[in-house]
Amino acid sequence: MNTKLHPGLRFEEFVIGSGNRLAATAARAVGESPGAVYNPLFIYASPGLGKTHLLSAIGHSSLAINPGLAVAYLTLDDFVEAFHAAITAGQGDAYRRRYSELGLLLLDDVQALARRREMQTELLRVVDAMQVSGGQIVLASDRPPSDIESLDDRLLRRFGGGLVVDVGAPDYETRVAILRRKADARGLDLAPGVLEAAAEIPLDNVRELLGALNRLSAAESAAGRPLSVAEARAELAGIADLVASRSGATVESAAGRGAEGDVAPAETDEFNDFLQEIASTVTQQVESWRSRVAEAVLRWSGEGFRTTRLEKLLDNGAVPQDPDGALAAFATDVSRLQQIAQDLERVAPDLAGDHALRDPDRVEAAAALLERAREGLEPPSPPSPHWLLDDLLESPTNRVAVRAARAVAAEPGSRYNPLLISAASGNGKTHVLHGVGNALAAAGLTVACVGAHDFVEELIAAIEQDAVPRWRARWRRADALLIDDVHLLADKERSQEELFLLFNEFHDHGRQMVFTTGVPLAELSGMAPRLLTRFEGGLVVELPLPDRDLRQRVAERHLSARLDQVDPELPGIIGSRPAESFRAALGTVQRVLQAAEAKGVTPSAALAREVLDGASSGGGRRTVQPRTSGVTPLVTGGIRSREKMVWEWPDVPARLIEEWR
Amino acid sequence: MSLVNFTTREITCKIVYYGPGRSGKTTNLQYIFGRVPESRRGRMVSLATHGDRTLFFDFLPLDLGSISGFTTRFQLYTVPGQSYYNATRKLVLQGADGVVFVADSQARRFDDNIESLQNLQENLLEQGVDVRQLPVVLQYNKQDLPSDLVLSSDALDEALNFRAVQSFGADALHGSGVFETLKGISESVLRRLAAGAPA
Repeated sequence: MNTKLHPGLRFEEFVIGSGNRLAATAARAVGESPGAVYNPLFIYASPGLGKTHLLSAIGHSSLAINPGLAVAYLTLDDFVEAFHAAITAGQGDAYRRRYSELGLLLLDDVQALARRREMQTELLRVVDAMQVSGGQIVLASDRPPSDIESLDDRLLRRFGGGLVVDVGAPDYETRVAILRRKADARGLDLAPGVLEAAAEIPLDNVRELLGALNRLSAAESAAGRPLSVAEARAELAGIADLVASRSGATVESAAGRGAEGDVAPAETDEFNDFLQEIASTVTQQVESWRSRVAEAVLRWSGEGFRTTRLEKLLDNGAVPQDPDGALAAFATDVSRLQQIAQDLERVAPDLAGDHALRDPDRVEAAAALLERAREGLEPPSPPSPHWLLDDLLESPTNRVAVRAARAVAAEPGSRYNPLLISAASGNGKTHVLHGVGNALAAAGLTVACVGAHDFVEELIAAIEQDAVPRWRARWRRADALLIDDVHLLADKERSQEELFLLFNEFHDHGRQMVFTTGVPLAELSGMAPRLLTRFEGGLVVELPLPDRDLRQRVAERHLSARLDQVDPELPGIIGSRPAESFRAALGTVQRVLQAAEAKGVTPSAALAREVLDGASSGGGRRTVQPRTSGVTPLVTGGIRSREKMVWEWPDVPARLIEEWR
Repeated sequence: MSLVNFTTREITCKIVYYGPGRSGKTTNLQYIFGRVPESRRGRMVSLATHGDRTLFFDFLPLDLGSISGFTTRFQLYTVPGQSYYNATRKLVLQGADGVVFVADSQARRFDDNIESLQNLQENLLEQGVDVRQLPVVLQYNKQDLPSDLVLSSDALDEALNFRAVQSFGADALHGSGVFETLKGISESVLRRLAAGAPA
């Protein structure tokens, strides 16, 4: 065991300043009465501040008082080496016993204990054994015990139980004192102020301070004369720069850190503090989604939206997968709902209060609602493009009606509103109606042109779907209302009521209405008087039976459309036959053409006479009974003529449904 | 870089220590390394030249464990301060969530600080990052040196801190100000999440 103490390192040579006063005092006390006061004494300091000096001085001091004292000075490496040697030699117990017999153990560089668990355990045994036997332990380290990595807690507690003291860097005065003492010891004769200039360099390491002194001494020897203060500063500039640029050693912090400290802060305190603060920040940030969601709930529920989805997020204790995504999705849904509500307000105000518009979880339902509303708002069917006003044949008998129709087409809403055309079936009232409709449509108006039967059917469908307001809105979108065969509304009170409402709406807004009836108003029963009087308030015109001239012109036009050459007598013959309607007249033309085709001959006056004389009355009778034009305009623009499926009259079941309901 | 990942329950912060050569960036990391329990830290990767200068970069991963159910990791990087390692600096700067600018408080290093700060802005701009949008704190290191050698924190604030970010006086070698700086940048990075940065 190396017990040698450095002979020159005694208290007498130790310059005491403010930074090391506490350590020096403690060391003196220990040196004077080892084992009596601070046991163990733990001294820590940056390298070059005199730890080893103090250890050695304690040894000398105690030996001076008690020369018989067993004193050992060794570095930790020595301690480890000796231990290993003892273990290898199988003398571990003897090794431990030797320490327990020591009066003073001076152990240097104990920072080397870091992460050496085995040696820590061994040292712990030694410390315990010496404390039992009353021996003094003094340890020195370049860092406080708490900073020695993985130092056994029990050792930490043992050290803390004695005195942990640090040696601060020398202040200016101390540095001057050290330099003066060393200069004296070496017999250097320096100009006044030179040592002070050197001391101005904040060297916190006494060895470096002595290095500066050596440098001055060498420079003076080289110059052969004492250096001036300026020369000294220049000589030391390199050292000063080095000190300045070193990211470093500190007077203040080293002094501040240990000057009053028995026990240095626990090793992980700084990190734990950091961890705790970060944890609270992280928690705030992570949990801040709750306040964001709560704010959103308040906001949206305040605007009348259902916030069940967001509330579920809050109720669910765990952090949701993506709270911000959920909020964004909710906001998107709300804005979609708002857009839908806005659109719906325009197309179907009655639906704007639907609950789906307030529930972001039912956006699809709301969209479907809007879709349905939009479908319902397609304007009612337009007039059939096959019938044009220009195709109307005007004769003295129908002139009033035809001219009235033309006037209405030219000035919708202002001349005759409504225009009611009364005619027996087949006399062209549907033609006139659709003709007016097409003329109005050509003028850019939205024309609703339907048969009364379809009007009733659509209303029934709307009632079934609980969509009457939309049905109404759809009709109201039209600029002109044209209804064929209004006499079919007889006894259909709900339909009449709706027509009444529509009538008022159209009339008030100056929109044109044209109606046809197969039954003269005077004979029409089952019709609300309020409607009848309104019909009469416009212009009621009759389309009479076609006269001979008209019949002939119809036949002429039809034949010339079918045949390259028309027998000039033929239209006359057909026109001379009595017909109850245009359609009957056309039926006559058709029969002649069919007969000609059957016989393989060209239609001629002779053939016509032959055909018509045999069957003139049969063809006409069919058209007597029906009270409607029997023409249903199809959506495709085609016409379903009653004449072609004469006996498939659909009106009866329609009536039944209406009455049944 | 995704800071808070609600799906994987992870929070990852990349913090880069930036500053002129020898301002004490690596010292900051070393101090932190020394204070973090082994279980919490990864291996500190440090590539240094003979003169202990950072040649490439230092990397210190910190595992802060589970906070509010989120695995929280900090990755601390330093850049090499010397001007000729700009390519490395750019590389390290990529995807940084926050920057600690470590200024050398010594009066004679004043220009180096300015130059490095400008270099930081340029490099960020090159990566499409507006320095005003990125959490940055300043650390005035070496405040322990004698007052005639260093500029005070106030003077340095005046000169460098024109964006009025948080600043900390420090003595990285002995640790004063080191964790304060780390706390400062960490909190401003974490707070930025709430300010609406996409998660």
